[in-house]
Order: sequence, then C-alpha cells, then structure tokens
Amino acid sequence: MSTITKDGVSSPAPAKAAPAKPRRGLRGSPTLNFWLFTGPFLIGLAVFVYAPILWSLWLSFFEARFTVTPDKFVGLDNYVVMLTDEDFVGSLGTFTVFAALIVPLTWATSLGLALLVNRLRFMRAFFRSVFFLPTAVSYVAASLIWKMSIFNGVRFGLMNTFLGMFGIENTAWLANPDPPWYWLVIVTVRLWLQAGFYMILFIAALQNIPQEMYEAAAIDGAKPGWQTFWHITLPQLRATSTAVILLLLVAAYQAFDEFFNLLAKTTWGRPPLMELYYKALGESQDYGAGSAGALILTVLICLVTLLQGKIMGFGRGEESK
Amino acid sequence: MSAMSNRNFDRRTALRAALGLAAAGGLAACGSNNGRGGGSGSGKALTQYFHAYGEAGTEQAIKRYAKAYKGGNVTTQWITGSNFESKLFATLLTDKAPDCFEFHPQLQMIESGQVADLTDLIDPVKDDFNPADIQSHTVDGKIYGIRMIDDPQFFFYRKSLFEKAGVEVPQTLEELIEAAAKLTTSKVKGAYLGNTLHAIISPLIWSAGAQHLDDKNQIAYHTDAVVDGFKQLRKLFTSGDLLLDAPTDFWDPSALNQGLTAMQWCGMWAMPQMQEALGDDLGIFPFPRVGDAGKQSVYNGGWSMFVNAKSKNLEATKEYVKWLWIDQKEFQEDWALSYGFHIPPRKSIAESADKLKSGLPAEGVKLFNEFGHFDNIGWTQASITALEDVMANSVRKGGDPDKELTKADAKVDRELKKLFG
Repeated sequence: MSTITKDGVSSPAPAKAAPAKPRRGLRGSPTLNFWLFTGPFLIGLAVFVYAPILWSLWLSFFEARFTVTPDKFVGLDNYVVMLTDEDFVGSLGTFTVFAALIVPLTWATSLGLALLVNRLRFMRAFFRSVFFLPTAVSYVAASLIWKMSIFNGVRFGLMNTFLGMFGIENTAWLANPDPPWYWLVIVTVRLWLQAGFYMILFIAALQNIPQEMYEAAAIDGAKPGWQTFWHITLPQLRATSTAVILLLLVAAYQAFDEFFNLLAKTTWGRPPLMELYYKALGESQDYGAGSAGALILTVLICLVTLLQGKIMGFGRGEESK
Repeated sequence: MSAMSNRNFDRRTALRAALGLAAAGGLAACGSNNGRGGGSGSGKALTQYFHAYGEAGTEQAIKRYAKAYKGGNVTTQWITGSNFESKLFATLLTDKAPDCFEFHPQLQMIESGQVADLTDLIDPVKDDFNPADIQSHTVDGKIYGIRMIDDPQFFFYRKSLFEKAGVEVPQTLEELIEAAAKLTTSKVKGAYLGNTLHAIISPLIWSAGAQHLDDKNQIAYHTDAVVDGFKQLRKLFTSGDLLLDAPTDFWDPSALNQGLTAMQWCGMWAMPQMQEALGDDLGIFPFPRVGDAGKQSVYNGGWSMFVNAKSKNLEATKEYVKWLWIDQKEFQEDWALSYGFHIPPRKSIAESADKLKSGLPAEGVKLFNEFGHFDNIGWTQASITALEDVMANSVRKGGDPDKELTKADAKVDRELKKLFG
C-alpha cells in the first residue's frame, strides 16, 4: 500500500497534468511511457493468450477436423455436441471429487507445515527448503516415480512391500478402478508437489501477525495452543487462506499432467482437460468441438472465480493486508 | 556488471571480450549442427519422426542410415513416451511437421491429404513385398506407405513354469484362464496382458471368429462371441491371477524376464532379449480360440514409412525414402534383424534372414504366416480408441460388454460415415 502512494506523489498526477499541459519529448510523455512499459507484456498477452482464445472462439463454430483453418461453418453444433456429451459433463463431476479432496487437504497440510516450521528454533531455513523442494519437481517426473516405483502393482513396489509386511495382498493401485485406489495416488502426488509452495505463503502470513496480539491474548487469559490458534492465528490468516484456496481451485481445474501420466487410457478419473484432450484435441483432432469445450470451461472458471470472490471476499479492501 | 563499472575498462579489454564472444558464437554454431559432424552441405534438410523403439542400438541405427544418405541432411526426431500418435498428428498440422514419419496405415490420413502417394516408388519392386503388406497400404490402387518391418504379436511363456504347474499350452480362452489360476503363486502371476489390456483387443476379435469391419466396411466386431470374450476377460481380471500395474508395459519383456509372470502377450521384437534372459525356457503360442466358432490368432503389426504430402521438400523426401526403404537392402536387413526381431516385409530379405530360420524365431514366423491378421486401413484411430474404451469400461471397470460395444458402435459408425460416406 505505502509504495503505491509514494509513486503517486513522485510522478505527476496524470489526471491533472496531462490534459492541461501535455509534455513533449520521449521522457515526458506519460502515454508513451505507459505503452513502453506495458507494451511488451500486452503484446505477449495478446499473441499468446487473447489471440488463441479468439481463434478458439472462431474455430468452435466450424467443423475443424485435422485443420486449424476450416471453412465449413456449423453454427452452434459443436457446443451442442460437447454439452450433450455425458463424458464431458461427467468430467466436471470428476473435477469436483478431485477438488473436494485436494483443496482442503493441501490447505490443511501446508498450514500445518507452516505452523511447525514457524515454531522451529533452529534449522528453520533447512526445513523450509526441504518442504519447499518438491515444488521444483515436474509433475511428469513425480507421476512416473509414483506410478513405477511407489505405487506399482507388483510385489516389489514400495507400497506393496510395506503392506506385505502386514500380510496384505498386492494391490493394483491404478489398473483396477474398483475400489478407486487411483485417487490415493493422484491426490498424494499433487499434495507432495504443491504443499511446500503454499507453506511458504502461510509462513509469510504467519510472520505478519503482530506479536502484540498474542501477548494481549495471553494477558486476557487465552491459553496457548488450540485456543490461540482458533481465535487469533486463523482469523489473521483469512486473506491468505482465501488466496490459497482460490489458487488451489484454479490449479485443480487445470490438472492434467498427473492424470495423463497415471491414468493413461482409462475412461474414468478424467478431469475436464483430460476429457477434452481425449475427446477432441488429441488423436482425433476435432478442433471445432475441442475449442467449444475449452470455451465452456473458460466461462466456468471465470464464473467460479467470481463466485468465490463474492462469497469469501477475496480482494476486498479491508481483507487485503 | 563489475567490468562495466570498472574505471580501468579500456579498448583492449573490450576487444578481447568481443573476440571471446565471437569464438563462443562459433562454437555454439557447431553445437547446433545436430550431431552430423561437418555436414555435407549439399541437398535439402529433411526431418523424420520415429517412435522410441525399446531395443538398444535402434536410435543409433536410424541415425546412421540417415547420415549415410548423400542426397540431403536428414534429422531424426526420436519420440519417447507412449503417445507417439498424438504428437505426430498434432505436428502434422503445423509448419514443423516432419517430412517423413513412421506410422501404421490409417485411412483418415489419406482422406485428409496428409500422406503422399508412393505408388511410383514401390511399383518397380512391388512383387518383392509380402502381398498383405502392399494390400494394407493400398487405397483405390494407390500405395501410400512402405512397410519397414512386420511385428507379429503373440504369447510368450516359461516352459519350466508350465511344466511345474502341470499346464498345457491353452487352446481356448477358458483354458488360458484356468492355466493362469494354476500358474499363480505368491511370487508369480499367471499371465500379463499389458497394463491397459489394449494390445489384445484385436486378437480377441479375430480369435472369436469376427473381424473389425466386413468387406463393405460395416461394423463386424459386435458378435456374441466377442461379448463373451470380454466377459471371460473380466473374470480373469478380477481373479487375482493377472499381473496388473507392472512397471513396464506389454511391449517390454521385463515382466516375463524378471519372473513376475508365467506368460506374457508381447511381440517378436522382444524375442532376443527374452532368449538372452531365459535361454531355452521360453515358448510361444497364438491368442487362443474364443468360443466354438473361433480360430487362434496373431496380430501382424508393424511400422511403415510415410511421406508428408504437405512437405516443402516432397520430391527430395520421396527420394530419401526410396533410397533407404527401397534401395538400401543392407540397412533394411540390419533394421529388421540386428536389434529386436522383426520379419522383413521384402521377400528377398526374408529369404536370406538366417536368424529367423531356426528355433523359436522360426516358430514365430510360422505363427505370423499361419494365424496372422494385418491392419485394416479403414480401422482408424477413432475406432481404435472406441474399442479401447470398451476394454476399459467392461473388463477393468466391470460394465456390461454388450452395452459398451453398442456405445462404441455409434462412435465407429460416425467415423465410418466420415471415411466412406
């Protein structure tokens, strides 16, 4: 907050200065400076984000098999195909299950880790790094480790070896969808990969809570531990928690890598992006239907984000500390 | 940064730095030369796509052949991972598309003008090819791909384990399921069909006396015997006698070699590795009969070379493909026999292939000739995926195979309508 006000003072206020006496020359023109600074970013955004979205929009009204420059206009047919496709609609259900598992679990784990690391008196930097390190691993690499060494179905798989000590039969974690053990594999890999990153966000937020609040609470008779956590720490973390949940939801929406690598060629456990890939954008190359599906998803993500902002108050003035 | 702010910074230093940069640039230029040494400089720059073969030395071999070509600079993209077809299909739409690539004959690529007509290359030596390999690449009298290798797929089994369990080579799917039960111990599973079971879909159809499409290109796979075959497979899947979630898929011999299973569906390519690991303790048999009307079957898969019809260097690419896969018989033989075992589609090469003339490889050739079924060019990726879904939904997930096949019928019909009108 404070930095923004300072900038505003040190540079001429554009609303007053610009119309009254426009300055000439390269240095003085705020308009030119504006474009100079935002231009490259805007160009990138336009070329790599907006142009593809618009192109998708255009493609979604055409029959575009094996081509991205189609000429056969089909109107809303592609949208009808995608919205009446039970697999595509069903994938939203899969996403809901996935989000219901991964979002609270990551939130709780990363908060727990942050609390633990924050209380450390020594080797704090070491543990912070250790828990953060998995963030640097690629989803594909981690998925392959999960699939081929930890959760493979043969007798020397790590999990099966461990369970074998208790006399439990070998389990096919991924091949057999009944019972759906694949969720265990999918959720743990993502949890391991992302918990460290959100832990850092929580540590930063924890360090922002004024120590005086805890002292005041202690004087008022609050017991350290659960009571202090529930009435002081958690409410103080509200803004960060909201942001973390929003980020987790969006990330869950975009989940593809681990599903693609762990559940290759299944018909179940397909979140929306997987369904789109298999339905249209992968081997069958139906870019019309694929674009229609992608746009439906984009609209959904926007709606969910707006709704969540409304409910949890993300970005409201008093919350964003 | 410190050099920039240094007050003693003078022209000499600047010159030295500039020279250093120039030298580094020169080195970088060398490094980007795709490992083809000096490069002949003559001819066009061509790109070819290959999926990653599992056998040691294959990548080097393909690059060695390409380097020996004097008519141009051929770069090889060795595509790893299990989704070669999606990568290939995606790049074929772009400017980065390879000039030539290996794949299987599929009609939609011809209909959409993605692969070039190679009739004039093959015609002079047409009679030297296995007729089935010509037929499976022919549409309306035009030949669209050159077969490089034929890869029969069948069961491999450990003779010693069969003997110990008192099991004969199964003739029917029922017998195979019984055998798997008898062969299963605490350490070894009875059978391995790959993690997705997709590789045995086609053999299941043929062994049940059906086929994918009939002569009029109508659906012919949806029969009672096929439905029953899927039901039996479900029984096997849930029996606990089937190896599931192995670290390697069906095309890799590791599951059998490491003693994880007593029999495995695999391809002739893996035979040398298996023989090395297991010696004489190895036998093969075709996919057993499914139902009374069926007949044992073997899938004669393989890989063929196609030329991208939209290549900017179409003629140069055809020239290269002709050079390697029509003229250079020595390389063709090396490719088929020196790494994994593949059956050469050229009669003249197959005749002189001593490695395939005795022992287990000869048995493999016999199964190929006696029970083999080749690809149907009208059976394209969309239809393949439709039946893969049937396998996943009915065998792995426990759905009703008849209903799942009906669902697939709709998808396949849609594809057939697009292909044949």
